[in-house]
Amino acid sequence: MSLAAETEKQGLRDWLLAEVPTSRRHARMAAWYQNWLALRRNTLAMAGLGILILVIIIAIFAPVLAPHDPFTQDLANRLKPLGFGSHWLGTDSLGRDILSRLLYGSRITLYIVTLVAIIAPIMGLIVGTISGYVGGWVDVVLMRITDIFLAFPKLVLALAFVAALGAGIENAVLAISLTSWPPYARIARAETLTIRKSDFIQAIQLQGAGPFRIITKHIWPLCISSLVIRVTLDMAGVILTAAGLGFLGLGAQPPSPEWGAMISGGRKYILDHWWVATMPGIAIFMVSLAFNLLGDGLRDVLDPKESGR
Amino acid sequence: MNALELVDLNVWFGEGSDRVDAVKSVSFSVKQGDSFGLVGESGSGKSTVLRAITGLVPNCSGSILVDQKELGTGRSKRFYKTVQMVFQDPYASLHPRHTVDRVLSETLQLHGFKEIDTKIPKLLDDVGLGASFRFRYPHQLSGGQRQRVAIARALAPEPEILLLDEPTSALDVSVQAEILNLLCELRAEHHLTYLMVSHDLSVVGHMCDNVAVMQHGELVEMMTVDKMRNQQADHPYSKHLLESSARYRS
Amino acid sequence: MSNLVDVENLWVRFPTRTGVFDAVRGISFSLGKERLGIVGESGSGKSMTGRALLRLIRKPGIVEADRMEIMGQDIISMPEKQMRQLRGRDISMIMQDPKYSLNPVMRVGAQIVEALSIHEKVDSKLARQKALEMLEAVVIRDPERVFSAYPHELSGGMGQRVMIAMMLIANPKILIADEPTSALDVSVQIQVLEIMDKLVRDRGMGLIFISHDLRLVSNFCDRILIMYGGRIVEICEAGKLEEARHPYTRGLLNSMPQLNIKHDRLETLDRDPAWRDQESVSGIL
Repeated sequence: MSLAAETEKQGLRDWLLAEVPTSRRHARMAAWYQNWLALRRNTLAMAGLGILILVIIIAIFAPVLAPHDPFTQDLANRLKPLGFGSHWLGTDSLGRDILSRLLYGSRITLYIVTLVAIIAPIMGLIVGTISGYVGGWVDVVLMRITDIFLAFPKLVLALAFVAALGAGIENAVLAISLTSWPPYARIARAETLTIRKSDFIQAIQLQGAGPFRIITKHIWPLCISSLVIRVTLDMAGVILTAAGLGFLGLGAQPPSPEWGAMISGGRKYILDHWWVATMPGIAIFMVSLAFNLLGDGLRDVLDPKESGR
Repeated sequence: MNALELVDLNVWFGEGSDRVDAVKSVSFSVKQGDSFGLVGESGSGKSTVLRAITGLVPNCSGSILVDQKELGTGRSKRFYKTVQMVFQDPYASLHPRHTVDRVLSETLQLHGFKEIDTKIPKLLDDVGLGASFRFRYPHQLSGGQRQRVAIARALAPEPEILLLDEPTSALDVSVQAEILNLLCELRAEHHLTYLMVSHDLSVVGHMCDNVAVMQHGELVEMMTVDKMRNQQADHPYSKHLLESSARYRS
Repeated sequence: MSNLVDVENLWVRFPTRTGVFDAVRGISFSLGKERLGIVGESGSGKSMTGRALLRLIRKPGIVEADRMEIMGQDIISMPEKQMRQLRGRDISMIMQDPKYSLNPVMRVGAQIVEALSIHEKVDSKLARQKALEMLEAVVIRDPERVFSAYPHELSGGMGQRVMIAMMLIANPKILIADEPTSALDVSVQIQVLEIMDKLVRDRGMGLIFISHDLRLVSNFCDRILIMYGGRIVEICEAGKLEEARHPYTRGLLNSMPQLNIKHDRLETLDRDPAWRDQESVSGIL
């Protein structure tokens, strides 16, 4: 039986590595598989990917995994050290189990990260490619707006937005997205400028294709890989900004177990009860590191300058 | 009947003191079914003439007539259905992330063709590639195969005029022979009119019936290929070109 | 030891995702005081052969040979520092496009002087004088102007002549020219090649001329190695090109359109898979 499974696996592998793809789907799958094989050889990137998958699983199964309710206060057992009873990572100032709060907090972190990762690069991609392809005064106007956003320190600008919109996770996400799109726009514009003059764009112009089709179907696919890389590298920064907003009390609101807010809450006890602030700090560090490693690996695989060879 | 006619074509880049004249009052005409060669060295403006015809240059004056109808500043869908172009570098003229199938089907779609799935294998067949190439990416193809795909793309709208911008200069000699043979066959089969730009006199001599020599943006001489083959140029620059080409291949 | 270059059983390998790719597969040849042409199409391994001689194959590429000597010195085991001394002083190389081989932010003169001062202790005045002489030797009419020009101010032919001047200033004994004129116009090509040819002859140097163009090479070489699939398939005397027997060589000769003769169809090359497996012909003198 295992032999049958083995040959089937081998068959799939051959199918994916076939020299002559037989359908559109086949060709696309084969290209993906090639990239996957290249990524798989990068041990560090795979470690990063592993951590992220673990975080996603944790976020999904948090209610099952968490030993305690993250919101239940137990003032008799406040600020207990690591390994106290069933509180493996100790308790915080209100006697809540830190491990459980971390597990539930991963949901908030992923929520923020996913939303920002969707909103900011897409905004940047649209602005950057239009600016680069159309050129002229459109380019000047869009790029000056981008520069204005770039001129402010990210956190300060995010603070201003949150202050205007009101505190809360959704607004924090919005504020972070609004402050992090300019670099993506810059990248997308630079890529577009090099692609715009190339022969294959002229060739499709000669088929009578309009700018909308050229931008979305011919330029975007070439910009996306460099944006994906940049996004994964920036994710660490996004988590930290979110944590920073949480720390300042402008992001997630208590009693929400957002990691930044947890650090903020543990700040008062940092000298006597170090674990309260340190544990969420380690969680942020791990996830940031994972994104960085994955981003680095993806760059090696997806960088058009490399894969064009 | 003239398939293509240029009258007093000027192309320039930049304005004021930065103005560079790339093409200076060039006029010539290409008869239907003819193959016309434009030769010159780099910077002579020969490729710019092609780009002006396709509407890819910013500034130009003079008139361009296709099928005896004058073109305006813009180019219509109908124009692109009549006139197509094959680029010099097959490594740059295909989108690196698009399969052969996608390249051809998008072209067919843009020109409003139905029955795309039956047309693509036929196009591939026409350029000497089997159907097995249909779902490959450019990086899985050799230079000659890529150029065949580019030719298939140019043939897809069933054009009357094909502009060839140094179609073989990026290829090996033996592959060049294959592509030139293919282009000759396609011309006979589809009754195409060619306007070919090249720096290689022997390639133009093989492919074309009439030749125009360009230097510094000006058209200095027009002659038949037989005259060129017998080294009977009149203008000193064309003579010089012919001589160095003959010495080069001696 | 009279040969300038001796190579025996040279292999150049590149590990790839799908296995090891052999770019050069066990070729042997030597270079006397002669002009040797290496001709082949893209992927034939001709450029890799030239680069291997200068030890310019980058990792992960692997170079293996039973013997590889430049003027009697073994370069397989030579330390990198000594190899750097050898490059330029004994052997140098001209690449295809001067646009990429000249430093765009350095004046031409400074680059030539640098090429000299790496190998010789000369004061700046003498170096300048030597550089100007060298520019004159490559038939540049106004050496002073070119000396203080930036590379982008030169035309392609001029740039390539500057490259030749730069490569020959330290008086190397061997010059490798890898498609030195493919990026230039035909009329300029001849000019540049004639200048290079004259310098090589006058100085009694050995030349390895790598190109895809068999007829062009035959004008400037004494002996021609024809490479296919990483092996040498035939060796011709330049004057006896018409006597070449290998179908690949004949194909290269005949597939080229000729200005003075009208063909209806060009001859194409039927690549016989057996060519790849044929024994490599030895080019040792």
